[in-house]
Amino acid sequence: MKRTSFILILLTLTLAACAPAPSVGAITPPYVDPGIDPESWAVVPAGEFPYGQHDHMTPVDYEYEIMVTDVTNEQYARFLNASLADGTIRIGEVEIEIGEKVWTEEGAYGFYPGEPFHGYEHEEEIKAGDKLYVSFEEGLRLTFDEQSKTFTAIPEYGNHPMTMVTWFGANAYCQYYDWRLPTEIEWEKAGRGTELVNGYGLPFPWGEHIERNNANYYSSSDLFEKMFGKLGNTTPVGFYNGRTYDGYVTLDSASPYGLYDMAGNVWQWTGDDYPDQHYRMLRGGSFYTYAVDLRVWKNNSAGPQFYSPAVGFRCTR
Amino acid sequence: MQFIKVRLDYLFRSTRGLTLVAIAVVSIITAIFGTLSGPMVEWGIKDITVRLLGMKLIETEREGRIIMLYHTIAMTVLAIEVYFMTEMLPMKRHEQVMINGTITAGYLTAAIFGLLFAYWGHNFTYHGLFLAGQSLVFFAGILLLAALWPWKKEYRLEKGSPYAHTKSGIDLERTAFFVMALAALVSASFGAVTGSFWSNGHETFLAEDLIRVPHKTYLQKAIIGHLHIMLTLVAVAITLIVGRWMKFKGILHKIAMPLMIIGVIGTTTGALSVVWLEWAHTIIYVGSTFIMLAALMYVIYAWDSLIREGTAGIRKPNFFQKLGALLKDPLKFGPGWQMVFMNFTVSGVGIFMAVKLEEIFRVWPHREERVTLTGHWHILAALIATIILMYFADLSGLKGKARKWFGWLLIIMSDIAFGSATLFSMKRLFVDEINQQGIVNTTMLLIDMGLGILLIALAIFMIWRLYDLLQKKGHWALEYAAERRVNAEAELADQKRKLEELNAILKEVSE
Repeated sequence: MKRTSFILILLTLTLAACAPAPSVGAITPPYVDPGIDPESWAVVPAGEFPYGQHDHMTPVDYEYEIMVTDVTNEQYARFLNASLADGTIRIGEVEIEIGEKVWTEEGAYGFYPGEPFHGYEHEEEIKAGDKLYVSFEEGLRLTFDEQSKTFTAIPEYGNHPMTMVTWFGANAYCQYYDWRLPTEIEWEKAGRGTELVNGYGLPFPWGEHIERNNANYYSSSDLFEKMFGKLGNTTPVGFYNGRTYDGYVTLDSASPYGLYDMAGNVWQWTGDDYPDQHYRMLRGGSFYTYAVDLRVWKNNSAGPQFYSPAVGFRCTR
Repeated sequence: MQFIKVRLDYLFRSTRGLTLVAIAVVSIITAIFGTLSGPMVEWGIKDITVRLLGMKLIETEREGRIIMLYHTIAMTVLAIEVYFMTEMLPMKRHEQVMINGTITAGYLTAAIFGLLFAYWGHNFTYHGLFLAGQSLVFFAGILLLAALWPWKKEYRLEKGSPYAHTKSGIDLERTAFFVMALAALVSASFGAVTGSFWSNGHETFLAEDLIRVPHKTYLQKAIIGHLHIMLTLVAVAITLIVGRWMKFKGILHKIAMPLMIIGVIGTTTGALSVVWLEWAHTIIYVGSTFIMLAALMYVIYAWDSLIREGTAGIRKPNFFQKLGALLKDPLKFGPGWQMVFMNFTVSGVGIFMAVKLEEIFRVWPHREERVTLTGHWHILAALIATIILMYFADLSGLKGKARKWFGWLLIIMSDIAFGSATLFSMKRLFVDEINQQGIVNTTMLLIDMGLGILLIALAIFMIWRLYDLLQKKGHWALEYAAERRVNAEAELADQKRKLEELNAILKEVSE
């Protein structure tokens, strides 16, 4: 009897876990307005700052501006509509090539002039040609009207970060407006500032420690995890600004220059094209990752064709 | 006072006692520091541990802390394997005492002061003692090499011995232990030399974070080679140990031991030549194939022995009778099974990754690749730990239902946990990110459940050993008495031999 009970408990637990969990694409969250303007920019003055995990003092001898938030779905939809209208991008099937692996996907695409290739070990050639910007796969928070040829952000996701966007798509957005993707150095300086506390640079944009209501990360118990489970979903840009939403209290988690979502929510593409590799670096961690990946020096990398519901970007100028 | 003295004698002067202490140390380290990551963070346990124990955790030092934690556990596991070796391999009593004493002082010093340095603020005296402890472990390794020296006449095997040997009688199993220990010392030197550059051109890193960096420094490559080969050698050591436990001999033994020796030399050479050679992986693949074949020989032998023993009274046993015999004793079936299971969760995954690296794994983001990498070596380390526990449980005289429950829980729960961890790490093969919630929830639950039950089983086992230790005539007393008898007999034989030698010298001089 005891043995049967034990086995039954095990089975119940396992089956409970196997029960269909809502995917990020299956539920639409309520619209939440954090009150942060996604059109705003922050100024980062020239000067050195502690770079990387080991705090190497690194000079940045110019001032630059960087977006206060990630690019939102609404903003990206506007870009797609404008660039579709002027013929910069097209809609349809596009071929994706990574080494010997070739496949096609449907989405918005545009031309990329290619990159120098040195044939280093594991390096893949990025040839000139049409490149996927956004995929129409499940997870895209935009809808496309075939008749009017217009993209519209799903209203509830309008102020969430634009995701399912490749590096080519992120780069194209910034270049369309004569901006660019930040380099890793620019991104990190904007994220952690110049301050040293007890000899260490800030590990998180807001300070030395992370609390669950500082940022959107795996199992951070935010509002959206209640709907989507522990893996959660994106939160509106600038969500963690000290406001209280439906009883959920956030901490003001801006970086020293006033940037939001520099830790968690979505990984952000950066612009460096490092020699002998085709990977592009991603920064900031995401709602899928543990808090350790939210430390400002942590990076992730992927080929420029990669897209994901947990990857977005912001621009600099 | 006598109560404490006798028990301390048992704990620090007998192989079983020393092993028990070391397993307790690993268990305590796991119990405390395991609360700082994974689901324990989600459940808020980490915060409680940090507050309660007054830990000083600085975010930028996390990787350094983890490396020191790995080293303290590794030193302790090495000590356990050395205790097993000094007990099961013929050597002089004073050699056994010297080796065990040195390595015990070494791993305890390294563990205590390493963890104090890493988790409770940076008192560099602690760091110095951490290094001193590791140096003692290294020195114990040199003593072990001297004791194992396979060319000694007294350790040669007679012609016709069922154990692998050369024409001149050199014991090839002993040679395999010797080569493994030598390789471990050379590999440890790679880590030590690189470590000496710490804060002097070398920075702390986790290997999995550098996997996609195209140009790694020599020091980084040395560390990557070091960590891979050390874990491999720990696995080789436990394979040789369980072979000895299962009385591995005969034709398979004669094939396996040369394979193991060549494999260890090849794999170690390959792993360490990563620093200079671009094609070092080819050497590693060849070397590890030899090791895996040697392990296969052991598994075939061990399982065949179990079946033969279990069906001894049956004239023509059928399949189910053979299967029943094989599964009768989980502690003896387990090591072989875990090695087979290792092929699916570690070696198989590694080979699949190597073959499909460009096509699959490098198309994924780095983080996905990193999860797979960390997953496969954590699984290997944990499987080795389960094999150690199986052997120690047998040494502890676990019998009847307790033996079956403990053995099967070790096997089933670890396999559920590590099988699920493998699925988790490879999930991108079956499901895209947006639909991964189900598989993540299921595999995470199974990992937590498997590991949780495994740790509870271990805790119960350790509590039983603690309770037993408090008894006047507990199992520990029997173990200690038996070991003292064996040691006394060995010492007596040694003294007799010495007396004969001295008499011969006196006779020679007087003539």
